Amino acid sequence: MLVLENVAFRDGNELHIHPTSLSLVPGVVHALLGETLAGKTTLLRLMAGLTQPTAGRILFDALEVTGQAVQKRRVSMVYQQFINYPHLSVRDNIASPLKVAGLAANEVQRRVNEVAALLRLEPYLDRRPSQLSGGQQQRTALARALVKDSKLVLLDEPFANLDYKLREALRDELPRLLAGRGAVVVYATTEPSEALQLGGSIAALHEGRLCQFGRASEVYRQPLDITTAQILSEPPMNLVRAELRDGRIALSSSLSWPIPEALRHRADPALWVGMRPHHLSPGRHRALVQVQGRVLISVVSGSESIIRFEHEQQPWVCACPGLVRIASGENAQFGIDIDRAMYFGLDGKRIATPPAAAVSQAGLPTGVGALPAR
Amino acid sequence: MAAIELQGLAHSYAAHPSTDADWALRELDLRWREGGAYALLGPSGCGKTTLLNIISGLLHPSRGKVFFDGRDVTPCEPRERNIAQVFQFPVVYDTMSVYDNLAFPLRNRGVRREEVDARVRAVAGALGLQSSLDNRARGLTADAKQKISLGRGLVRTDVAAILFDEPLTVIDPHLKWRLRSELKALHQKHGFTMIYVTHDQTEALTFADEVVVMNEGRVVQIGTPAQLFDRPQHVFVGHFIGSPGMNLLPAERGPDSELRIEGRRVPLLDRAQPLPTAPGSGGASQTAGSMRAVGAGSLQIGVRPEHVRFADVGLPVQLDRMVDAGHVRILDLLHGAHRIKMVVPEEQVLPPATELRIAFDPHYTHVYADGWLVS
Repeated sequence: MLVLENVAFRDGNELHIHPTSLSLVPGVVHALLGETLAGKTTLLRLMAGLTQPTAGRILFDALEVTGQAVQKRRVSMVYQQFINYPHLSVRDNIASPLKVAGLAANEVQRRVNEVAALLRLEPYLDRRPSQLSGGQQQRTALARALVKDSKLVLLDEPFANLDYKLREALRDELPRLLAGRGAVVVYATTEPSEALQLGGSIAALHEGRLCQFGRASEVYRQPLDITTAQILSEPPMNLVRAELRDGRIALSSSLSWPIPEALRHRADPALWVGMRPHHLSPGRHRALVQVQGRVLISVVSGSESIIRFEHEQQPWVCACPGLVRIASGENAQFGIDIDRAMYFGLDGKRIATPPAAAVSQAGLPTGVGALPAR
Repeated sequence: MAAIELQGLAHSYAAHPSTDADWALRELDLRWREGGAYALLGPSGCGKTTLLNIISGLLHPSRGKVFFDGRDVTPCEPRERNIAQVFQFPVVYDTMSVYDNLAFPLRNRGVRREEVDARVRAVAGALGLQSSLDNRARGLTADAKQKISLGRGLVRTDVAAILFDEPLTVIDPHLKWRLRSELKALHQKHGFTMIYVTHDQTEALTFADEVVVMNEGRVVQIGTPAQLFDRPQHVFVGHFIGSPGMNLLPAERGPDSELRIEGRRVPLLDRAQPLPTAPGSGGASQTAGSMRAVGAGSLQIGVRPEHVRFADVGLPVQLDRMVDAGHVRILDLLHGAHRIKMVVPEEQVLPPATELRIAFDPHYTHVYADGWLVS
C-alpha cells in the first residue's frame, strides 16, 4: 500500500501540490483525473520519488520512503510519449530492467516471453521499435514496466497518443493485465469516461488540490462539490443558480419543482442546481420535470446525441442515447430527471445528492465493478 | 464552395507497385456535393491522409483524376486549387496578434477592411477567441494557437473547400466536445464544403453529414452516422464505430440453412412484445423466426452492445466483469469462449447473476459472410 501523508510540493512561491493525503491499495487501478495542469504528473513524480515533496511523508507498506532515490523503490513508469531504446530489439527493450537487476539469462527469457504473450507482442520481439506501429511501441513500453516485479506502476496518460480504437482496447485490457500482480497502479488521465471505465478508484484533482478520492462510481454519483462534479462530467454538467421560495425550488421564471426532502430545513434560499446532460431527455415525459428551450445545435456522436439549447438566456446541454434529430432554432421540450439533480451551496459544497440507492446492484456478486479476483 | 469528384483515384508510394499491399490508396470513385460536411475516418495507415493530400494537391495520384465543380484540377498545385487547410499542429505567426493572424488570409486577398473586421470577429466569436484578439500569438497555449489555426481556415468564404487533418489533436479534452459542435454550427451557417480527417469516431460522426470509413487503403463504407451505426456493411465498420464496438460471434449453418451460435439458434427478441427493461417485465422469448443465410463464406453474427437485452429465454451467459461508466454500465458476458459486451442504462435492475440469459434485437442483428454484410 502506498500512503501519502500531507504531501505537498512548492516551487518558489508557487504551491504546485497542496497538502494531499491518500492511501492506495494494490488490486485496483487508481485514476488521477483532472484537466491539463491539474497536477497529475507532479503527483505521479512525487509518488515515484522523481521529485521530492517539500512537506509531508510517503510510506510504502508502512515503511517511510520519503527522500529515497527512485532506483531503490521498485517503481515502473509509462509516459504519454512512447519511450523505448531505439537501438535495441523489442525483446531487449523488455528485458533491459531485468538485465540491469542481474537476473539469470533463462529467467530473463521466461519473464520476457510471459509478458510478451500477455501484451500480444510475440510476433514483434525481434523488431526495432521504429518498425512498430504506435500501439505496438506503447505496448513495448508497458511490457518493460510490467516485466519487473514493481511495487508501484505509474501510468501518465499512457494511451493519449494512440488511435481512439486502440486506446479503447488497451484500456479494456489493462485491469485484466494488472490483476493479481500485487502492485499499486496509478493511471493519470484527462478523460472522465476513461477514469470511470478503469473501474477502480478516482482521485479528482483540480489546480493542485485533491478534491475527492473514492470508488469511481461513488465519486461520479456523490461528488462533494461542484468542481468534482464537473471534473466527472462530459459534456459539462448543467449548473443553474436557483432559489427556494414558496415550497419550491425555482431555476428560472418557468422552471421549478417542489423542494426536495434534503433541502427542507435549509435557511439560505440561494443555491446551485447541477444536472448532468445524461439526466435530461428530449421530448415530453409525464414523470419528469419539463424545461423548454431553443435548440442551438444538435449533433450525433456514435451511439448518442448531444443537444445544446438555450432556456431563458442560459445555455443547457442534453445527452441521450440514440439518434435524435432536432433542427437548430427549433423550440423543444426536455425532461429533467430531478431525482438525480445535485444541490450545492453558493460556496460550491454539496448540500444533498441523489440517493445512492438510485443504482441497484441487486443480484450481482459482491466485488463486481472492481477487479475480478483471479 | 465546390463539388468534389474523384474518378478512378489510386495511389502508391512504391515506384512499381505489384501487390495490393503496395497501394496506400486502392482505386476509388467518390462524389461530394457542394456545401457538404464529410469525414474520412480510419486507423493510422488506412490511407485517409493520403486521400486528403491528393485532394489538396500536396500529392499527385498515381492514377485517376480530381475534379472541383467539374474542372479537372489533378495537375494543379495546392495554391491553384483555392482551398483552406487546418493541420494537426498549429500554424500561426507568433509575432502577430490573434486578430492579425485571423485577418491574414483575407488581407492577402485584398478584402475590404470592414469585411475583414466582420469576418474576424464572427470567427473569433464562434471559437471563443474574442477576449484575446489583441494578444500576441506567442505565449498562448497549444490549444489556443490551434483555435487560431482553425479560425484562419474558416475565415475565408470564397474557398472551394476547407480541409481538416486531425485538427483537435492538441485541444484539451474538456474543450473538444464544444469545438466539435461549433464546427458543425459553422458548417450549418455557412455551407462550406468541408473534409475532415480523423481516427476518432466521435469527431467524425459529430462533424460529418457523411462519413467515409477506410481501412488498409480501401473505402469500406460511406454513410451517414446513423447508417454506420445501425447497418455496418463490414465487420470492420461494426467494430470501429461505436464504443464498445459491435459484438461479432462466429456462426454455423444448421439444417434448413438456419444460423446457430455454438449449436444454439440465434436468440432474437420477439419484437411483437414490448422490449423488456427488467427481468420478468416483458415476454422476452425466442421468436418463431430465425436467422438464415445462404451462400459460402465464414459467417458471423453482428450485434451492438446497445442491442443486447436480458431475456427469459435466450443464450445463457456468465457475467465476467461489469464496469460502471457513469450514465451506462458495460457488461462483459461470457458464452463459452465468446465474450459479449452489453450496455445497460445506469438505472436498470439486473437479473440474478446465476441465471443470465440474453437475446438480440432483431432489427439490429446482422449476418456477415467473410466480413461483409449479408442482407
